[in-house]
Amino acid sequence: MIEFLTEPFTLPFMMRALIATLMAASVCALLSCWLVMLGWSLMGDAISHAVVPGVVLAYIFGLPFAVGAVIAALCAVALIGAVRSSGRVREDAAIGIVFTTLFSFGLVLISVTATNTDLNHILFGNVLGVSWGDIWQIGILAVIVAAVLLMKRRDFVLYAFDPGFAHAIGLRPRLLGGILLVILALTSVVGLQIVGVVLVVAMLIIPGSTARLLTDRFVPMLVIAVAVSVLGTVVGLYVSYYADVSSGGAVVLVQGLMFLAVYVLAPRYGVLARWRARRQSAALS
Amino acid sequence: MVKNIFSSAQSAGEQNSPILQVQNVSVNYGSVQALHNASLSVRQGSICGLIGMNGSGKSTLFKAIMGVHHAQSGSVLIDNRAPALARKAGTVSYVPQSEDIDWSFPVSVGEVVAMGRYRNLGLTRRLRPADKLAVQHALERVELHELAHRQIGALSGGQRKRAFVARAIAQGAQLLLLDEPFAGVDKRSESMLVEVLQQLRDEGASVLISTHDLASLRTFADDAVLLRKTVLMQDTPDRVLQPQNLMRAFGMEVDAGTSSSSQSELSNADLSREGE
Repeated sequence: MIEFLTEPFTLPFMMRALIATLMAASVCALLSCWLVMLGWSLMGDAISHAVVPGVVLAYIFGLPFAVGAVIAALCAVALIGAVRSSGRVREDAAIGIVFTTLFSFGLVLISVTATNTDLNHILFGNVLGVSWGDIWQIGILAVIVAAVLLMKRRDFVLYAFDPGFAHAIGLRPRLLGGILLVILALTSVVGLQIVGVVLVVAMLIIPGSTARLLTDRFVPMLVIAVAVSVLGTVVGLYVSYYADVSSGGAVVLVQGLMFLAVYVLAPRYGVLARWRARRQSAALS
Repeated sequence: MVKNIFSSAQSAGEQNSPILQVQNVSVNYGSVQALHNASLSVRQGSICGLIGMNGSGKSTLFKAIMGVHHAQSGSVLIDNRAPALARKAGTVSYVPQSEDIDWSFPVSVGEVVAMGRYRNLGLTRRLRPADKLAVQHALERVELHELAHRQIGALSGGQRKRAFVARAIAQGAQLLLLDEPFAGVDKRSESMLVEVLQQLRDEGASVLISTHDLASLRTFADDAVLLRKTVLMQDTPDRVLQPQNLMRAFGMEVDAGTSSSSQSELSNADLSREGE
């Protein structure tokens, strides 16, 4: 049994994959708690796709991926705002138009650039191929994201809960929202190296949504989200190793199945618990 | 300055200097004018009721006072300062409408009240012992100290509003803006809420409160403001609640007596006019 668990990580590439995955899973999970509470799931999907052209251009010009990602994300937000301000296009449509267009631009850029980066790696991640250089980059971004989120967590909670009051006491809700968008862009860069552009939104939504079903308090929600995310990604890596299936796919599939289990079995907000509570109150009356 | 015949019971010192002055404020949303040339003032140590049907500009007025929406013209002074400075000084607190809040949000009652202290705190907004004490006192004032650890949505409608008022108390705000605090709140909770607001008023705080409940307005408000895209009038509740004035504000006959039937008529009137 112990051998079963340790064997994969005797391989250097699996060890690197584990380290990268644990860091990415943790920061994605932290951020997911705010995204879920803000109703920013579609925004998470949009930004994670929209950073692609920025990442490719950063690659071409030899800049850090994070720089290109943040610039692309801010462009995306500005464009979404501009499209929406026409008054005839609703926000969800504006988000859909902007992020698919930017993403396509990224795909075109990749196809015209002679690189050794496989398109599939951007789309579906390449966790088994991460180098120590990638790990350093992921690590630095992860530390920045986690530090900002944890240090300013009370401000972000207030912003998500009651932005009107945040404004009334002289905080700047627009600035807080802007910081969260930059963090979303940075986290997308981290996540897409593990599971790819297509699936990174799963890591940005599932952990927070799962934790939401298990607690009524925000700090426990952060802890549970990280735990769920880390557990899901590690189990996913084992599945990918032993079943020889796509690692990004396995990671997200395991997280999705964990959400399903919690959705059914959660002690207070699960389907079964609510069903039991209904039956009890029916029996009482 | 609006004359007030009910100002005798107030303990605050400069009771006649206004904490809030709104002058000729107009707000447009695109081509739609939500507020036109609205002027009103709230005296220090008074409760001012804001009356008008849905779409009359009540929420817009609150947002203009807080500086969320930029007014196209006119000026707002809070404690003789620009709104931005007053916000930074912690002068103004805001209790949003119930539908603006996600009540399932994973925060406790104590954490919500603690938000009132954030302005004074450091980078991480970690509460110091003095802040915890202030939060505890605020919770006791509204009799929610035993429910401090409950999730905010586990409270009744009236208790939720009291928690938000406690947040304003913890903040030490001088001007409280309450947008429809009595909507979905039972009579008993409403009177508890009014009692807390009256105590705050007697200690010198000022309250601007929008409400549909014309009947109870007389019992607690010192001033009333009638709104219909602009301020139609500001005077004592008794004068403002005259049938001919309500006719102007609501475009129909409204009986502002004390019978409960008059309120249901009024809310029907509001519903039917919501589209305007």
